[in-house]
Amino acid sequence: MTTPADLKYTKSHEWIKQEADGTVTVGITHHAQELLGDLVFVELPAVGRKLKQGEECAVVESVKAAADVFAPVTGEVVAANADLADAPEKINEDAYLAWMFRIKPTAPGELAGLLDAAAYQAIADADRH
Amino acid sequence: MTASTLKTTPLNALHREFGARMVDFGGWDMPLHYGSQIEEHHAVRRACGMFDVSHMLAVDVLGAGAREFLAYVLANNVARLQVPGKALYSCLLNPAGGVLDDLIVYFFTEDRFRLIVNAGTAEKDCVWLAARRDAHAPQVDIKPRRDLAIIAVQGPQARDKVYAVLPEVRAAGENLVYFSAAQIGELMLARTGYTGEDGFEIILPATQATALWRSLHAQGVAAAGLGARDTLRLEAGMNLYGQDMDETTTPLETGLAWTVDLSAARDFVGKSALQNLRPTRHALGLVLLDKGVMRGHQKISSAHGEGHITSGGFGPTLERSIALARVPLAVRAGDEVQVAVRDKLLCARVVKPPFVRHGKVLIV
Repeated sequence: MTTPADLKYTKSHEWIKQEADGTVTVGITHHAQELLGDLVFVELPAVGRKLKQGEECAVVESVKAAADVFAPVTGEVVAANADLADAPEKINEDAYLAWMFRIKPTAPGELAGLLDAAAYQAIADADRH
Repeated sequence: MTASTLKTTPLNALHREFGARMVDFGGWDMPLHYGSQIEEHHAVRRACGMFDVSHMLAVDVLGAGAREFLAYVLANNVARLQVPGKALYSCLLNPAGGVLDDLIVYFFTEDRFRLIVNAGTAEKDCVWLAARRDAHAPQVDIKPRRDLAIIAVQGPQARDKVYAVLPEVRAAGENLVYFSAAQIGELMLARTGYTGEDGFEIILPATQATALWRSLHAQGVAAAGLGARDTLRLEAGMNLYGQDMDETTTPLETGLAWTVDLSAARDFVGKSALQNLRPTRHALGLVLLDKGVMRGHQKISSAHGEGHITSGGFGPTLERSIALARVPLAVRAGDEVQVAVRDKLLCARVVKPPFVRHGKVLIV
């Protein structure tokens, strides 16, 4: 699967989509779900929770391991994808469709520091070798 | 460890051809899964799957006195093996009663027994056995068989799939009772496994392994990796050496008291230590009542004291998290305990394993 060009990324394998209303949608990358294997449990941040960039805010657990998901930007959680609680495998099926939570950023300058698709792809490729 | 120094089985290239995600498993380059570990798990519970377990080692124990030698080094009693082909699960103990390994011993003739030992302990086992042999039974020959491959074919359809591919084993296979084996030419067919399902473990010359794997695949048998093997054995309530027990635990603390006969007159390595032992902990199963996934090493608090998880994970057939745990003796099936899962205390119910056997969920 190719890394979507319209998204931003982090080194810790989150993807970030900038929405028209100024919020950002966050999920984990295809490469991340591939590393984890079949996902069986997802824990999402509560709506209203204030996050700092880099803070642990969600958990994805596969048959194999648990992994933290980090807030890619500072801000408040305005939505969480409750569908994932009963169907964490949706992340395996399409990691870029199965969003996890939405943040209203309070430090929009942080967005410029995120990785673009090419830079993230290079990290993922290096991981595979 | 880099890929170039990892040990490989005769099926290594084929795993890659089948799209396996390969991992370092105790120094062996082994398939974790071929796409979806959960689908492979379900294939074994519902139909049929196959595993390359050639990293495990067959060790032949040959010559006059083989039975007496094994009666001394193994904790379970090989005197129970009277019918040729019969298998016995046993621990190999050190003098302190600690578990050096768990294995299956097959009896063929008085001068031919075969052990199947774990991969990670194989070399240590051979050294250990040779030292006891030198001291007690110098005429016995201990022969590691790295020239053999082992393919486990497991699931409700496993036996029929094997007969379809190897018609020459059908007659012997249909007569095999559970936990026994037959030697048919160069091939050993054992009705054993590590999944809680029916099936065979086929031990054959390494040169024939690739052809058998391809034929089974052509019959619709799903390739399954070590990931599915682990969730299947966990649901089946079977111990994993190195996780659920090791040299510092005795069979009495890990749910294996049934494999040790302390009342018999026979002496064996570790017996006197076990006779003097008053275990304070025992092994039981846990089913997580809250949401989350239990993992190995997590702490358990109970009304009777603390314990810990030895193996934990997600059971795909149960669709929830289960674990094997070592807990104070007073903790009993039906109790509720708390498990420290990451930063939370979650509620779990104590059960007596197995959780699943022959496709059926045994816990409520």
